[in-house]
Amino acid sequence: MSKLKTLVIEGAGQIAPAKVDDYLAIGGYNGLKKATGMKPEDIIGEVKKSGLLGRGGAAYPAGKKWDHLLHIPEFPKYIVCNADEGEPGTFKDRLLMAKLPLRVIEGMTIAGYVFGAKAGYIYVRGEYRKIQRVLQEAILHARGAGFLGKNILGRGFDFDIYIISGAGAYVCGENSALLNSTEGKVGRPRIKPPHLAEVGLFLKPTLVNNVESFASIPTIVENGGEKYFSYGSPDSGGVKLVCLSGHVKRRGVFEVPFGPTLRDIIFDPELGAGIPDGKRLKFFHLGGQSGPIGGPGQLDTPYDYKALTKAGLSVGSGAVVVMNEDVSILEYLKGVTEFFLHESCGKCVPCREGNKQIYKILCRLAVPGQSQPGDLGILRRLVDTMISASFCGLGQSAAVALNTAWRHFKEEFEANAVEGQAGAEAA
Amino acid sequence: MQAQLTESQVLKIMERYGNDPQQLIAVLLDVQAASGTNYVDEKWAALAARVLDVPLSQIYDILTFYAMFSTKPRGEYVIEICRSTPCHFTKADQVVAWFEQALGIKMGETTLDNKFTLSRTCCVGACDIGPVAKIGDEVYGDLTLEKVNVLVRSYREGLPSFREALACQN
Repeated sequence: MSKLKTLVIEGAGQIAPAKVDDYLAIGGYNGLKKATGMKPEDIIGEVKKSGLLGRGGAAYPAGKKWDHLLHIPEFPKYIVCNADEGEPGTFKDRLLMAKLPLRVIEGMTIAGYVFGAKAGYIYVRGEYRKIQRVLQEAILHARGAGFLGKNILGRGFDFDIYIISGAGAYVCGENSALLNSTEGKVGRPRIKPPHLAEVGLFLKPTLVNNVESFASIPTIVENGGEKYFSYGSPDSGGVKLVCLSGHVKRRGVFEVPFGPTLRDIIFDPELGAGIPDGKRLKFFHLGGQSGPIGGPGQLDTPYDYKALTKAGLSVGSGAVVVMNEDVSILEYLKGVTEFFLHESCGKCVPCREGNKQIYKILCRLAVPGQSQPGDLGILRRLVDTMISASFCGLGQSAAVALNTAWRHFKEEFEANAVEGQAGAEAA
Repeated sequence: MQAQLTESQVLKIMERYGNDPQQLIAVLLDVQAASGTNYVDEKWAALAARVLDVPLSQIYDILTFYAMFSTKPRGEYVIEICRSTPCHFTKADQVVAWFEQALGIKMGETTLDNKFTLSRTCCVGACDIGPVAKIGDEVYGDLTLEKVNVLVRSYREGLPSFREALACQN
C-alpha cells in the first residue's frame, strides 16, 4: 500500500497556479462556500476535531488557537500567514505557494470569515520573490472573481489579503518577530505574554498560522475534521508535508499520513528511496536546524507527534535532512551552529554568546590537539543555559541538535577532548 | 551597468507603496534592486526617512538587521551560495570553488568590473535541488561545473536565454 496521501497538495502542478477557474475545477473554494453557511463556532469545532497542530514547527493546536481568538471581544482582528519558511531543510511552503496559492488564500479567507477580520497578510520571506509574484497574481484573480474584497460570495462579508516581504531574517519566522517585521520594523521577537491573540499586529488581536496549516483548512471544513483526522494515526490526525533532503535518492516534498516509520520515510521507494552511492545512513535531522538529530537505532519510530516526542525527536517543520556515513557529526553541528550564530538577533545573552562559544568549542573538538581542558563540560553547560534561558524559540532550540546528537555520537565528541577541569587557560 | 538611481525614481518607488511606513522593508528592497549596485545608499535612506516620516536610525537598523540588505555597493549580480547544512553536505564548497575560478575572485569579493559579487547565504528553501546558488530572484540548483560556467557567461554577456532552462521553476 502506498505510504503517500494526496490531500493538501492535491492538484499541485496540474493547474495554472493563479487561475481561479483552474482552482475551482479541482474542487477549490468548496471549503469557503461551505464555511459561509456555518457558524464560526462550528467551523472551529471542525478544526478541533481535525487534530491539526501548527505545521510551521511549533505544533500548537490550531483549534485551541482559533478558539482563543474567537472569544476575544476586540476588533479589528487580523489574519496573518507565516510564510517566512527559513528553517533549513524545509521547502514545503514554497511548493504550496508556488503551485496552489489559492488554497492558502482560501484557508485564510475562511479564517477571515470566522473572526470577522477585514484584512489578512501573507508574510513571505524575501528570498521567495518569484513566489510573491505568483501570490500577488492569485490575489488579483481571487478579487476579480469575488473570492476576496467586498461582499465575498454575496454573503456580505469583506476580506482582503496583502503580501508583505521579508528581507532575510530567520528569526522573523517567530510569530511575534514576524508581526514586528510586518509593521515595517526590525524583526526582533516580543516578550510574551500578552499572547498574539490579544495583542498582535498593530497591537490588535491576531491569528498567525503557517502556510501549510492554512492550506489544510479548506479540506477540513469541506469534508469535516473527523475525516481529516482519520487519515493519520490515532495519536496524530491527518497528513503532513515532509521535506526530504541531503543524502537520499529522492529529494523533495512528500505528503504522508502520520504513522509510517522513519525507515519508511527515508527508505521507501516512493519516498526517500534510501541512501545513494551505496553509503549507509549515519543520522537524520528532523524539523529543521532547530530540531533534534536521530540515529539509525531510531528508524523504527513512527512518524507522528507522540511517538517522536517519546523518542526525543520531533516533527517540527517536516524537514528530514539525511546524512550518510561520510559526514562528521562535529562538522555538521558546526554548520548548524554557524547558522544560528548568523541568525541570532542579538537581543538576549544566552543565544548571542552561547552560539558563539559553542561554535568555538566545536571547532576545537573537530581537530586533534586543539581541545582545552573542560571543553566538554562547558559545552554541556552552554547547551543547558541556552535551552532554559534564551528569550525566544530561536535560542531555546538552537542547541537542540547538539543536545540530541550527543546521545548518539558521544565517542566523536570525546575523540579529541582532553581530560581535566576548565582552568585559566580555557578562557 | 544600469544608470544611476535618481531621486524621482526613489520617490516613485515610495509612491507605489502609498508612502506607507509599514511598507518600509518593501521600499528599501526595491530601492536596492533598482540601484544597479545592489545596496541602499545613505542618501536614499535619508530621503525615505524624510518622506515616510521615520527616524533614519530605524532605517539603519533595518538595513543592518536583515541579511538581504547592503549599505555598501556590491556587484550588479550578487551570487549567493547556500551554506546551510543540506546544501553544504551536498558539496556547496565545490560550487564556491567553481564560481571563484570562473569569476577570478574569492568568496566575499566583487569582480573588478563590478558585475559580480560572490557571497554566502543561509537556506533559500531549495534543499531538494542542492547545492544551489541564488542570483537576483532566481535560484539555480543541482549545480555542476558546466552549469556554473554557463551561468557566469550568461550573466556576464547579457544572454538571459542561456540560463532560462537552468532556473528553478517554483
